[in-house]
Amino acid sequence: MKRILNGLPRHKGACLGIAFLGVLALAACFAGLLVDPLAQDLASALEGPSAEHWFGTDELGRDILARVIYGARTSLLTAAGAVAIAAALGIPIGLIAGYFGGWRDTVLMRFVDVLLALPGILFAMALIAVLGRSQATALVAVGLTGIPGFARVTRAETLALRTREFVLAVEAFGGSSTYSIFRTVLPNAWSPILVQTVVLAAVAILLEAALAFLGVGIPPPTPSWGEMLRTGKTYLYDSPSYAVLPGLVLTLTILSLDAIGRALASILRESEGLHDAPLAEAGAP
Amino acid sequence: MTPSADSRAPVLSVRGLTVGFPAGRRVVQAVRGIDLDIFANEMVCVVGESGSGKSVAALAICGLLPPNAVLGGAIRLGGTDIAHADAATLRRIRGRDVGFIFQDPATTLNPVMMVGRQIAEAPVVHGQLAPAQAGARAVALLREVDIPDPEGRVRQYPHQFSGGMRQRAVIAMAMAGRPRLIIADEPTTALDVTVQAQVLAMLNRRRVETGAAVLLITHDLGVVAEVADRVMVTYAGRIVESGPVDAIFRNPRHPYTRALLRSMPRLDGDDARLDPIPGQPPTPAALPSGCAFRPRCAMSRARCAQDDPALRATGVDHHAACHFLEEIETLPAPAATVRAPDQGGAAPLLDVRDLRVHFALRSGPLRRRTGVVRAVDGVSLTLRAGETLGLVGESGCGKTTTGRAIMGLIRATGGEVRVDGQEITGFSRTRLRAVRRHMQYVFQDPYSSLNPVRTVAEIVAEPLRIHGLFDEMGGMARVAELFDRVGLSRSFMNRYPREFSGGQKQRIGIARALALQPRVLILDEPVAALDVSIQAQIVNLLQDLQQQLGLAYLFIAHDLAVVRHISDRVAVMYLGRVVEEAEKDTLYTRPAHPYTQSLLSAAPIADPALRARPGRIVLTGEIPNPASPPRGCTFHPRCFRASEICRTEAPRFAGGVACHHPGAA
Repeated sequence: MKRILNGLPRHKGACLGIAFLGVLALAACFAGLLVDPLAQDLASALEGPSAEHWFGTDELGRDILARVIYGARTSLLTAAGAVAIAAALGIPIGLIAGYFGGWRDTVLMRFVDVLLALPGILFAMALIAVLGRSQATALVAVGLTGIPGFARVTRAETLALRTREFVLAVEAFGGSSTYSIFRTVLPNAWSPILVQTVVLAAVAILLEAALAFLGVGIPPPTPSWGEMLRTGKTYLYDSPSYAVLPGLVLTLTILSLDAIGRALASILRESEGLHDAPLAEAGAP
Repeated sequence: MTPSADSRAPVLSVRGLTVGFPAGRRVVQAVRGIDLDIFANEMVCVVGESGSGKSVAALAICGLLPPNAVLGGAIRLGGTDIAHADAATLRRIRGRDVGFIFQDPATTLNPVMMVGRQIAEAPVVHGQLAPAQAGARAVALLREVDIPDPEGRVRQYPHQFSGGMRQRAVIAMAMAGRPRLIIADEPTTALDVTVQAQVLAMLNRRRVETGAAVLLITHDLGVVAEVADRVMVTYAGRIVESGPVDAIFRNPRHPYTRALLRSMPRLDGDDARLDPIPGQPPTPAALPSGCAFRPRCAMSRARCAQDDPALRATGVDHHAACHFLEEIETLPAPAATVRAPDQGGAAPLLDVRDLRVHFALRSGPLRRRTGVVRAVDGVSLTLRAGETLGLVGESGCGKTTTGRAIMGLIRATGGEVRVDGQEITGFSRTRLRAVRRHMQYVFQDPYSSLNPVRTVAEIVAEPLRIHGLFDEMGGMARVAELFDRVGLSRSFMNRYPREFSGGQKQRIGIARALALQPRVLILDEPVAALDVSIQAQIVNLLQDLQQQLGLAYLFIAHDLAVVRHISDRVAVMYLGRVVEEAEKDTLYTRPAHPYTQSLLSAAPIADPALRARPGRIVLTGEIPNPASPPRGCTFHPRCFRASEICRTEAPRFAGGVACHHPGAA
């Protein structure tokens, strides 16, 4: 954790990203105190940005900024939930497959391959068709498509750690497999898993927006970025800011997560290099 | 003897070489002023521990330093100033005037290029050789480095070569342009001892044949004594002593050189306790003031902390950098404490009978079993309380697999392992746990055997916690006691493994192995990854612990001198089998198996006077692939005593040796 905080200032993009996401998350948390996304004012529908309505208004005269902030709530919650589901299932799958190998590996990874073979958006739509439109369904659907990413990354890391002598050492003094997996392998595998988490959060936000854009996401009137893009595109000529500004926020969110993910990967790689420094320096064994 | 000997102009002349690397705001000096002259047909060895700047200096001489390095001083090769040469000049020099041999032949050769083409590449590029002649030249070069069947080998790829042959190919490549200077950075460190002997002999022969100057960089004093004409001892980025090889070994003048020679176990040695150099070699980023060796020196005085001594003449062509050169003779010799041999009347603690570990080779789409590697093929060993059994052999002989199979880390295919009379093969992981209290393992690589995300106190406490004995055995007080026992300060307990040096990490690994109060320790190459001066500290620690705690050691190693020093009995392994086992002194003075004889004969001895010892056996060939071992006695293709029966019938292990023709060499 410390090495991440130390390394972060060198990655300007990631700092901006964190600042942007921080503001967005704060706004989403306290949205109820700030704005009302459902207050209609049909008299001032489809207006451009103004002092009163910074992002303008939609076809029902609702404040777009308020709906973007509430939409952030939807997006961030869905992303968090989806990542949690994907991690909760994907990481153990990867650990077990990588640590034990053999038939467990084969069975688990073929299951993961099946998930990977299904196009994410189709799979999510099929699930929504069966379970109906709701935030919970969207969250589960996005979460399930994220399992392969976690499973593969964790398995690869576990395979590499499995041959390291400190894992063997735990076995040598009699540690059980469970102890070895959760107390020795997992704490050493956090770096790539952390990066994967950030990457998957971006993918989840995008997938949720895509579902809403296709009209199968969270049902109205709950505000959602994808839903706003969908309605906004109808009024693209009359009120371009309607679609463009929510789209911009969505893009910035994804870019922020991407920048953070890159920065994390680079910092963690560097600090791992540092660990190996004495060995490399040794030259002569 | 050589054409250029008359002129006596050095091939390479280095003056005041300094190399620094920027670290944050300051520059860390890895090399702090080295002067060096090498003449044609001369073998100069630069010897030093890790971090002493020897490899960096070699890279600087070739102009191969990374671009951020800060270079100072003058380097002249023939008439060319390398320190200020442009890129084109450097390229020309590297191709024609300097050949570089790297440590690891596995990574020096381009894996997707045929060996023959790689070897002749440089002379063709530099216009010394017409492309049409490249093939013939490559064959000739391979023949010169004793590669059998060079016509066939030129068309092969590096992965088809064994480790020793790869290093021969690298040497051929370095010599292709008939360079005047060859720089070899640890050229035999990655090789086994019998192959090392072949490669060193070949390198030396080629030097004489071509009249090139060779700068050989190594940490191994044995290699130095075998091949060097002159020696330079480096410490903390400086040369602390230089001189003819005999003078350095017979009459070392610098306290560091003297201490280094004393800290080394000798192949022909007695049981005298090793005399380690205290402390750690300094890192270039944190050098002590004054003389860099001062904190570890037995003679240091106030003056040493103030000025860094310059090199002074102390004999013919012999220089040393010490303020008190004249007093070196007054250093006390180490106390010769001879260990009382343990009388093993008791029942064996560890009894291994006919242990076998076979790995199935699978290939093809259906993963069908296509063969078997007999990594361990019928090994029997016994170990009594307080006794040390050394298990030696070259890489791939199955010694590590044997240790791990005894420990239950690898499932044995056959045979039995009894610990304290209890048969444990086939035990499940849960049942093995109880046995593991009595038997622990110390790993070779202290860098990778400690969990990097835990503090060292937690690492040492881990076995206690796993066995649910943490509170029963005294909790953190027990951990602190273990730290004392292995000579580590308690104040280090809350640090992480990366903050420790190799020797300290190995102490932590030993403390962890001792946590459960085991009676048997399996030590897998515990000192192989450590510097010479640190090796002695760990060997002494192991011997002290054995005496205090009555531990039994199975000591697995490839270094014959270390094994002789620490063991009571020694078993020699070749291709999965024990070929000879005897009391230490018997085995080292009167080896009966031809393989033991050649192993002992090939091991470099740190004494230049023994260089031309009579009856030296240099084996041909290398260890065969364990997947397809030779029929009959597995050693017969390399054996100088092989007869018809050896080709057809595997010898039985009888009277401590497995050979059809045992006897004195």
